Amino acid sequence: MAVVALRMLFGDRAKYFGLVLGVAFATLLVTQQGGMFVGLMTRTASVIADIREADIWVMDPQAKYVDTVRAMRDTELPRVRGVEGVAWAVPLFKTSAPVKTLDGRIDNAMVLGVDDASLIGLPRIILLGRPEDLRRPDAIAIDQAGYIRLWPGEPLRLGRELELNDHRAVIVAITQASPAFSANIVIHAPYSRAVTFLPQGRNTLSFVLARAAPGHTPGEVAKAISARTGLQALSSADFRWKTIAFYLANTGIPISFGLVIVLGVFVGIAVVGLTFNTFVAENIRQYGALKAMGLSDLRLTGLVLLQGAVVGLVGYGIGLGLAAMFFNFATQPPGALRGFNLPWWVAAGDAGLTALIVLLAMFASLRRVLVLDPAIVFRS
Amino acid sequence: MSAAQALAVDCRDVVKGFGSGEARVMALRGVTLQVNTGEMTLLVGPSGCGKTTLISAIAGMLTPDSGGIRVFGEDLERMSRRKLTAFRAGTVGFVFQQFNLLPALTCVENASIPLRVLGRPAGEANRRAAELLDRLGMAQHRDRFPGDLSGGQQQRVAIARALVHDPRLVVCDEPTASLDAANGQAAMALLRELAMKDGRAVIVVTHDERIYRFADRIAHMADGHIENVSDLETAAA
Ligand SMILES: Nc1ncnc2c1ncn2[C@@H]1O[C@H](COP(=O)(O)OP(=O)(O)OP(=O)(O)O)[C@@H](O)[C@H]1O
Ligand SMILES: [Mg+2]
Repeated sequence: MAVVALRMLFGDRAKYFGLVLGVAFATLLVTQQGGMFVGLMTRTASVIADIREADIWVMDPQAKYVDTVRAMRDTELPRVRGVEGVAWAVPLFKTSAPVKTLDGRIDNAMVLGVDDASLIGLPRIILLGRPEDLRRPDAIAIDQAGYIRLWPGEPLRLGRELELNDHRAVIVAITQASPAFSANIVIHAPYSRAVTFLPQGRNTLSFVLARAAPGHTPGEVAKAISARTGLQALSSADFRWKTIAFYLANTGIPISFGLVIVLGVFVGIAVVGLTFNTFVAENIRQYGALKAMGLSDLRLTGLVLLQGAVVGLVGYGIGLGLAAMFFNFATQPPGALRGFNLPWWVAAGDAGLTALIVLLAMFASLRRVLVLDPAIVFRS
Repeated sequence: MSAAQALAVDCRDVVKGFGSGEARVMALRGVTLQVNTGEMTLLVGPSGCGKTTLISAIAGMLTPDSGGIRVFGEDLERMSRRKLTAFRAGTVGFVFQQFNLLPALTCVENASIPLRVLGRPAGEANRRAAELLDRLGMAQHRDRFPGDLSGGQQQRVAIARALVHDPRLVVCDEPTASLDAANGQAAMALLRELAMKDGRAVIVVTHDERIYRFADRIAHMADGHIENVSDLETAAA
């Protein structure tokens, strides 16, 4: 009988396409927006994720997320180093500053000052140049996407100059940093140079990056640091989540993405529901005839569910394919959406959502078929 | 009644009303009717007298308010919903005025549906359906879709569908109403030829006096009950 159900479904081309498109549209909207949302939220904490060497972040007790920092006194660094279980600890300076090219282009950069000696915090991928060169006078590293923003269409070249807060800076390395949430350009410089370029008042120590010694977990060492210094110390994982949670709670981002997703679900339910309802209404005599000929309600339900399942699967496949194509093409570096992707669990979650859409959409139709009086087939 | 003529259908005082209060319509007001095996019984009468309601009840699609219907010795009112469904699938073949063929299925597939409902493999179901279509003169139309066929051809597919699973009872509601005279006669002849085997019964609801000659008996209905039943000695073979 499965064949009968499928032939009925495919026999009505227009409605079949309408149903599939409804599901595909909802899937595309939900997975695309879901992936974008996850990407954006991940990006808010990309600075933390990027610095993989450190597994503990120490900061002012008031800090709520990675982009608001009140600097600590420089003397906090040796105090952190003195805590048991800390393998090493290095300073990190973080601020944002205007950059200007010689031909007058202006943009905003996130500037990270990394430990002079170890350069911990510098991106691992250096496309051009050598990290050691950062020790030369006025030397900075810039990320590839930032370079392309400042000099669109021009090949990557070392030795170019720009003005960083009115100080001359020379590009000696081009990196591939994860895009920052709060700026278009990411600049790295040694700590000592960064703080003189961008004076921030008396204190300059934004963060202390630390690593737990072997045999200690970052969580327990972070606790020990807090207890000993009165500073806020978090494992990298905890700080990432704290930052993401801050953006979730304090910006309109979840609501605006959530709205689009909810809209996608509702449009999906409406389109699929109405189309399926018309499909069932037009075929009601056929369902009635099958019922009259002794097809049980259980099997009839199975047929209708099979029709729904096929629509759901095909529509989901198309929608997911389109979303995957979007993420494949639109997120090529160094585009603005670089790093965004479609996590498997967003796709899996949407599979569940699609099943829900189809089930809800078919609910009325299914009821209609079940209460259908087979005797209608004798009426003209 | 000869030995071969056991009782196929036995209706006793069947009452069925629709709606309630002022709007209540009594479609059957105490129908008593017996249908023998080996016979074709025609059910005739003015529009609205309850013919369709009666055969719906006999076919197990409608539960009477009171009275009893026994088909091949089994009381329908004693059957659960599930048993009634199985009864329709296994024992009854249907021919409708509107044909009610599934437009997305080919003729063979349409005719094979009752066997598929009974859970037979598709291959076997299609083979039996094709054989029957051949006997109905539809060999060259087997793989066409109902929408591409004339009314008479569609009704032959519907007849094949009604008979493909060898049902003991065949009920037809106005099988010739959508057909011209020649096609109507042909359909009835085929029904008689294929359905009338020992131990089987056919009930045909009709307005069409031109097909009376195919009947063994004619039950005249009026206003919800059977007025009289006439035996015809010379039913066409
Ligand atoms: N489902 C129903 N709901 C309400 N009234 C019904 C229903 N089915 C039949 N009736 C009424 O019951 C009466 C008998 O209807 P039925 O269809 O059995 O007549 P019929 O003899 O088949 O008529 P026709 O020759 O026009 O087909 C009619 O008055 C009809 O309006
Ligand atoms: Mg009728």
